[in-house]
Amino acid sequence: MNVRDAAIHDTSQLSLYGQAIPSRILLGTAGYPSPAILSDALRASGVGIVTVSLRREMAGEKTGANFLKLISALGVRVLPNTAGCRTVREAVTTAHMAREVFATDWIKLEVIANDDTLQPDVFGLVEAADILTKDGFKVFPYTTEDLSVAERLQRVGCQVIMPWGAPIGTGRGLVNPAALKSLRAYFPDVTLIIDAGIGTPSHAAQAMELGFDAVLLNTAVAKAADPARMAAAFSAAVTAGRLGYEAGLMLPRDMAVPSTPVAGTPFFDID
Amino acid sequence: MSRKLRNVATSSITVVGAGIFGLWQALVLARAGHRIHLIDKSEKPFTASASRWAGAMIAPDCEAEGAPTVVRDWGREGLDHWRATYPGLIVNGTLVVAAARDQSELTRFENMTQRAERKDAQALADLEPDLAGRFNAALYYAHEAHMGAGAALAWLRDAVYAAGAQVSFGANFDPKPDGLIIDCRGMGAKDDLPKLRGVRGERIIVATNDMRLSRPVRLLHPRQPIYVVPQGDGRFVIGATVIEREDAEPMTVKSALDLMSTAYALHPAFAEASIIDMGAGVRPAFPDNIPRILIAQDGRTLRVNGAYRHGFLLAPVLAHAVADYLKTGARHAAFADE
Repeated sequence: MNVRDAAIHDTSQLSLYGQAIPSRILLGTAGYPSPAILSDALRASGVGIVTVSLRREMAGEKTGANFLKLISALGVRVLPNTAGCRTVREAVTTAHMAREVFATDWIKLEVIANDDTLQPDVFGLVEAADILTKDGFKVFPYTTEDLSVAERLQRVGCQVIMPWGAPIGTGRGLVNPAALKSLRAYFPDVTLIIDAGIGTPSHAAQAMELGFDAVLLNTAVAKAADPARMAAAFSAAVTAGRLGYEAGLMLPRDMAVPSTPVAGTPFFDID
Repeated sequence: MSRKLRNVATSSITVVGAGIFGLWQALVLARAGHRIHLIDKSEKPFTASASRWAGAMIAPDCEAEGAPTVVRDWGREGLDHWRATYPGLIVNGTLVVAAARDQSELTRFENMTQRAERKDAQALADLEPDLAGRFNAALYYAHEAHMGAGAALAWLRDAVYAAGAQVSFGANFDPKPDGLIIDCRGMGAKDDLPKLRGVRGERIIVATNDMRLSRPVRLLHPRQPIYVVPQGDGRFVIGATVIEREDAEPMTVKSALDLMSTAYALHPAFAEASIIDMGAGVRPAFPDNIPRILIAQDGRTLRVNGAYRHGFLLAPVLAHAVADYLKTGARHAAFADE
């Protein structure tokens, strides 16, 4: 029987703050050669959510209206972000602006501590997440792999937590897989999304095999020679990694185990 | 079915908008024997045009790093047209460098482009003595060219006059003149081109006599790559940001910091340079960032628009495409239906 069985080939569905999401990839919208190529990449990957930087790309209603129109026409859900914000106040203000501009209470919260590494300011992050959750936002905080920070974020009401794989834009993959593993083990019921640092499809597959719920990436696709094909590659990798996770990965063993018994095999030594 | 021009005289043509597209249209068509009237709404030439903000590099191969191949291919033709037309063109090539920690950017740039020669530190120093010891490797695109944007715009305007065209600044497009209209208004045509969007770009002009460059230098950086284009007289254009916003409000502190600190990383002499001018312009662009020629519904207007970052590079190609169309009916690939 070569009939494709959907129940076997499809992964379970991702849900974010109660919303069913068709894909386990979230894609950033910066740095593509053109909006047309961004649109090709979204179609190729079947992505359901894109993040858009409010602060730089479209400050307020006066600007960027046409870029926003192009994004809206793609039929994907927009997750506005607070990229570039350095303080709690800045991030909170930007989130409120985003809620008006994009008519959504979802916000990808970034509070940046260091301009060079773009390391999250985890203290400011928890504070801003607390304020925004109380203001009725559904917060997607960009954080490090630190367990205690994740715990605080969950305590102030974040149902999704987004640890970095590596610093933004570096493409280094999961630089601290042990910590990410323990994060997954510690928060079995929280939605965890690897945000930043994913450089290759195999990085994305690895994140999914570790049991993360989704990956968020931008540069690896936007700056590829062929962004649409790269988006398709990531889509395949994420599906493969997730299916592997759901199917139950084998654990490494120290001893070689032949797939077929060798004892008593005839012709054993015949040249 | 593609649209065609209908019952419209092409002996007398009004070109609307005297930016880089309009100037090239007027020049090529006037030289081809059409009676041309070039009009622009600005009293003072070029003040409202995105072209005045241009880096004015004719760098088809470098641009291929972030542009579709068609831009590179047309751009190579554009370079030929500039060489044949403009005596002020400087054909000294383009250099591309990156800081030691950003070498992967240089490799990526090399992989995305053609016709690069890799130069070591010594070869770089031979080309640009003031960059000696600052970078271990560079990419050199020897065939590429540059110019001063302001001088080139002024030369084109004078050449349009000399070709016998009538030129009116401070003139309105309304009421519509008789005969064929070639609409080169850039962002001014936004109401007639629903897919056109503005992409903000900021640039700084500085002056210093403490360093010299003979050609444009691009310094790659994961976040804010810049170019520095020598303009002669110790002046340099440092550009340019690419931001999906449509306002031309004054440059932001963040953009100024990004551009100036990256220029300073290229050469510390920029720290003591005087800032001559800084500001923002809005580039007209279609969703694929490729310019196109559209025949309007009225059958008597051609719209040439969507220069994005490639106005100087592609203006002569589009001008010749229009001239060929009027002469033979041949439709260049830049002709599009929407």
